[in-house]
Amino acid sequence: MSETLNQEKLLVSSSPHFLKDESIPKIMHTVILALIPAVAASVYFFGLRALLLILVCVGVSLLTEYAFQKIRNKPVTIYDGSAIITGMLLGLTLPPDFTLFGAILGSFFAICVGKQLYGGLGFNIFNPALLGRAFLMATYPVFMTTWAEPRTIAKAVDAVTAATPLALAKFEGKFAPLTDLFIGNVAGSIGETSVIAILIGGLYLRYKGYINWKLPLGYLGAMAVFGGIFWLINPVKYPNPLFHIFAGGAMLAAWFMVTDMVTSPVTPLGQWIFALAGGVLAVVIRLWGGLPEGVMYSILFMNAFVPLINKHTRPRVFGEGAKEGEIAPLGGS
Amino acid sequence: MGVGTFDRGIHPEYHKELTSGKRIESAALPKTVIIPLQQHAGAPCVPLVKKGDTVVEGQKIGDVKAFVSAPVHASISGKVKDVELSHHPVGVRTLSVIIEGDGAVKQWPVNERVSLDSLTPDAIRGNIREAGIVGMGGAAFPSSVKLQPPKGVTIDIVILNGCECEPYLTADHRLMVEEPEKVVWGLTAIMKAVGASKGIIGIEENKPDAIEAVQKAASNSSNVSVAVLAAKYPQGAEKMLIQAAVKRKVPVGKLPLDAGVLVNNVGTAVAFYEALNWGKPLIERVLTVSGNAVSQPKNLRVRIGASFEDILNQCGGLVREGTGVIPPSVEVLNGGPMMGIAQGTLNVPVVKGTSGITALKTVSLKREGYGPCIKCAACVEVCPMGLMPYRLGDYGRAQRTVEFKDWAGLSCIECGCCSYVCPAKRPLVHWIRVAKFKARTETVKVAK
Repeated sequence: MSETLNQEKLLVSSSPHFLKDESIPKIMHTVILALIPAVAASVYFFGLRALLLILVCVGVSLLTEYAFQKIRNKPVTIYDGSAIITGMLLGLTLPPDFTLFGAILGSFFAICVGKQLYGGLGFNIFNPALLGRAFLMATYPVFMTTWAEPRTIAKAVDAVTAATPLALAKFEGKFAPLTDLFIGNVAGSIGETSVIAILIGGLYLRYKGYINWKLPLGYLGAMAVFGGIFWLINPVKYPNPLFHIFAGGAMLAAWFMVTDMVTSPVTPLGQWIFALAGGVLAVVIRLWGGLPEGVMYSILFMNAFVPLINKHTRPRVFGEGAKEGEIAPLGGS
Repeated sequence: MGVGTFDRGIHPEYHKELTSGKRIESAALPKTVIIPLQQHAGAPCVPLVKKGDTVVEGQKIGDVKAFVSAPVHASISGKVKDVELSHHPVGVRTLSVIIEGDGAVKQWPVNERVSLDSLTPDAIRGNIREAGIVGMGGAAFPSSVKLQPPKGVTIDIVILNGCECEPYLTADHRLMVEEPEKVVWGLTAIMKAVGASKGIIGIEENKPDAIEAVQKAASNSSNVSVAVLAAKYPQGAEKMLIQAAVKRKVPVGKLPLDAGVLVNNVGTAVAFYEALNWGKPLIERVLTVSGNAVSQPKNLRVRIGASFEDILNQCGGLVREGTGVIPPSVEVLNGGPMMGIAQGTLNVPVVKGTSGITALKTVSLKREGYGPCIKCAACVEVCPMGLMPYRLGDYGRAQRTVEFKDWAGLSCIECGCCSYVCPAKRPLVHWIRVAKFKARTETVKVAK
């Protein structure tokens, strides 16, 4: 027996020899699962057309990633789930009647320019889905701002265009009821209207440990507090704090885009800065910018600062600041 | 008061239940031992015996004049078969004395107990050096050197490391449960040698029986106490332990003595007891043989120089699956799974720093290669040293030592938390280790 033991080839590798049961596909698939409630809500409020939009975005995202990696002779990684998330998020942020060709273009742009040209997963600076959406805002400005009422309240079959709660608030001074916002019974991007559906997914992700709570809380908190200051000054003109975080893309962005691992800071202090500054910026655009909604640009803008934030918010190295010979008094234990 | 702890760290699966309730058994007397002449940090020993010599158990067989060194002793009686290069569990080949045993066993005066008052600090240091005692937690730094702090340095606290935060290992745990008096006595001897006024034994809260036993043994000593610490990896790392137990921080790039603290392993304290009371040099140690590829995990008292193969065979050998062949993915480690060193052969000896032999078969996770870093920040969130491992890993991989040093890479303690949590399975510690080595050799070149 001892002879055989020695003849066996042993595996030799560098420590640690014991790894956590965790992987990129596992994380991505959990995020996909967490987006299902939002997808379901989008179908409930905007019909099968919403599902079609999402499926087109996901399909084109996967195809683009596949084609790009094939052409560049790189390993194909479409099974890791990250392209699916980009497609889902882009689809969820489109208006219900958005042109399918536009959706195809946007998805292609998101994956090709937003992700693969940077070097693929992990190397992109901007959130690919948001970059795709920004591209569509520039190429289809009218389509991207033409909204339909959710089918739950639309009276006519061929419902005419409607205004989103944010547009109503900004241009007409009318505030939609919070309960409608919470449930999602308002006009808007198909996956952004239902706060409750997004929250279910977001809290599930938090429960799974894939979301750093600083990011959604910091972002939404900054929006509520900063928006709330102006509401206190003039409640007739400015929306209340809850309206800020319930309306538009705030909820979806806070839980699924601000928290994008690749494009958010890695340091605890940096995460606070990123989330708080993003939230304030979103409210600034909403209240004083030309657009009713500022969530998308606030995040893209902050994405650009991530390398800088990481560099200047390095955690304190253990023992830094502790001086030699300067012995602290004994601890109580 | 809550339990002491440090910032960040991880909670791996410990699997200590495999051996934590098993009494320490004595391994069978090995027929042959391989005793490396370097089992410690510092200068290697020069052999004092030659081929054909007869040696008795406990006889010194290697020594050197250098300050940072420790002699080695024959762990069994018998004949020197050869003095030659042989495998060492740290992955190199070193000059070793190979002894063929004659079966004789020496009786140590185990009832002997001297009074500490009769020993001067110099006598303690001298005896410890002669006994060849080194740090038994794994680093194997010569104990006599640690007992002699440089002039002007005051050490007021001695901490015994009873954390044993490595998964699977329970040797220190069992020592504290079964021989707590030796642990406490050894601690007071160390305190006397360095003139410290306070002694603390740091034990993780997941070892309640050890805490109870040591507290009981220490109840007569007013200046010795137990610090109950959180069960978290790497609680047993020197700097983390000091922070958790006495709330002091060792400055960057400095040693514990710069914070007025000396840290020793509980196993080392037991060796102190046996050396000072019985005159027994460090010729055997307690270690844990465990892992999911070991048939009968055990805590064993093993002679230094016994081969891994011999020890594994006494634990039922490696687990065989189906066809009766060891699965090709078995990894045998000197130490635990987080920081242990993988062995290429089982013909390596147990050395003074071998705290355990871990054999693992479920290592397939890391064999699939690694993916891109998605900046998930998991490594930053767990690094006990407050570093940014994902970045250091990239600098290491690219051999960019300037940036590596700028980002405090030399502070890395190689605990492995970052690699453990990485969802992309990036071998971060490995890259960092390579970069540390390269950065150090560069510094040496500049200095020359």
